[in-house]
Amino acid sequence: MTSGTTPQQTLTKTSAGREATPRQLRWRSRKAREAAAAYAFLTPWLLGMVLLTLGPMLYSLYLSFTRYDLLSDPKWVGFANFVQMFTTDSRYLKSVGVTLVYVLVSVPLLLVVSLLLALLLNKGMRFLTAYRVLFYVPSLIGASVAIAALWRMIFGADGIINQALAVFGIHHSSWVGSPHDALTTLIILAVWAFGSMMVIFLAGVRQVPRELYEAASIDGAGVFRKFFSVTLPMLTPLIFFNTLMATIGAFQAFTGAYVVSGGTGGPVDSTLFYTLYLYLQGFAELNMGYAAAMAWVLVIVLAAVSGFFFWTARFWVHYGDE
Amino acid sequence: MTSTIRARAPRPIFGRKQSTNPVIRAVVRHALIVCALAILLYPLVWMVAASFRPSNQIFTTLGLFSSHPTLSNYTEGWGAGRLNFSRYFFNSFLIAILSIAGNLISCSVTAYAFARLNFPGKKFLFALLLGTMFLPFQVTLVPQYIMFNYLGWINTYLPLIVPHWLGVNAFFIFLMVQFIRSLPRELDDSARLDGCGNFRIFTRIIMPLALPAVGVVALFSFVWSWNDFLGPLLYLGRSDLWTVPLGLKAFLDSTGQNSYGGLFAMSTLSLAPIVGFFILAQRLLLEGIATTGLK
Repeated sequence: MTSGTTPQQTLTKTSAGREATPRQLRWRSRKAREAAAAYAFLTPWLLGMVLLTLGPMLYSLYLSFTRYDLLSDPKWVGFANFVQMFTTDSRYLKSVGVTLVYVLVSVPLLLVVSLLLALLLNKGMRFLTAYRVLFYVPSLIGASVAIAALWRMIFGADGIINQALAVFGIHHSSWVGSPHDALTTLIILAVWAFGSMMVIFLAGVRQVPRELYEAASIDGAGVFRKFFSVTLPMLTPLIFFNTLMATIGAFQAFTGAYVVSGGTGGPVDSTLFYTLYLYLQGFAELNMGYAAAMAWVLVIVLAAVSGFFFWTARFWVHYGDE
Repeated sequence: MTSTIRARAPRPIFGRKQSTNPVIRAVVRHALIVCALAILLYPLVWMVAASFRPSNQIFTTLGLFSSHPTLSNYTEGWGAGRLNFSRYFFNSFLIAILSIAGNLISCSVTAYAFARLNFPGKKFLFALLLGTMFLPFQVTLVPQYIMFNYLGWINTYLPLIVPHWLGVNAFFIFLMVQFIRSLPRELDDSARLDGCGNFRIFTRIIMPLALPAVGVVALFSFVWSWNDFLGPLLYLGRSDLWTVPLGLKAFLDSTGQNSYGGLFAMSTLSLAPIVGFFILAQRLLLEGIATTGLK
């Protein structure tokens, strides 16, 4: 941090050499000093931005047009990686399908569950603090190896889920071992961690002005009418934010699928999430050019999805000042 | 038509009819919430309970209690096979502490510049910051690995720590910018009149006032570092460098059904620090989460 003072001093000296009125001089040197201080404060972040984000992004863009196995030099192949993805690589297309199902099922479920519970908690009720804490705990640990390992056990052939189903006379084989059900367990894992979204909704629900409900009551609105005409419109900015963040997050899920499938994306590629396949291509097969190309496709898809969201926002997101 | 009395006491959003006894309504509401919590937390509670059961009883019951509670899963799991959880916990804590320190320092100085100082290129750089918040990490994964490999940083903690000292987490910076912007500027101005420079204003005025934001950043740095799986998986091949998640993964890979007790015991221990810190600091944190959308 002490380095922050040195450029300031040098800058004052150089600006003092120019011809200007004393007042201009003081103003200009103050501005220059402030800028110098700002850049001194920004130095770590700027270094990270160039060395760890922008530089690597450009390098991975280059790599995406090459074959590279880390041992020999990258070999330029043009669009071959991208062509391979969408034509001959059936595992890639499978991973896209698995990820899309995961996103399209888990995100709406998350929204509905967290909104319902936020409404249920939305009263100056007793124990609210304790409830909030307990609902939040799964969000803290949902992405951990420990919970993914637990999921693999409880959805196994004789895990507690099947034991509970057996009580009702339903006999089910292993969930994580079945290509048909394995993805379901990961969706349940995602929805299990709904607490963080619920906390955001809860903060929003509590800020809806009471007058709006009172006015709606006077107009004779019932429970559902109030929900659809007052609560839901007032929450649209938060619904927008939560949907966007959850979608971006779901496209990037990794740990759960890795642990539940033992690092393979199985059974029969049914849990082969996009990031898991990218990891396998890049770091198990050492197809680093191919993995970089996959990453860039993801960037473009996420940018397009976010852009589309922002574009639709004007039709359904209500901001307070209208 | 609703009567005037009803209009004065607005109906709740949910709940059946106004005429129902409010006590009953509250009881129903609490009952629903407790049921939801019970379903939600049952797997977790079951795991903790199972970690105290003798190995041969772990899968035989849906229930929680055992006639013979035991600590043997903990003692056996701690050093099962060639695993060494003392080492993994130490490594995880070391990486977490150095990451937290890095995030706190780099993110707060960056946030101070964006929130309080004017400089050419500010708008552009702030847009860049916001852009990286939405950038999927996969796009830098491969080139960063190649770079760290070139630097000889594989099998060191540097790839897991250094990025945090260079403010790669745009979310934390954004959170702190928002918080510092909300602090009154008069404080800075009067300190400036007293002859304080930016560095003194930052350390003596802004940081003490920004402690709530600092707390949120510290906890989430801890949680993310502690839970991080992909980073250690890529960079830490040597087993003496492993973190707790890698230890659990190895446990899962190497052992059969008869050692689930040890796995559950170690899983329980691995979750305890996160849940513990969270409960200690929950009031501060939940406000921060609600206003910034971190998870």
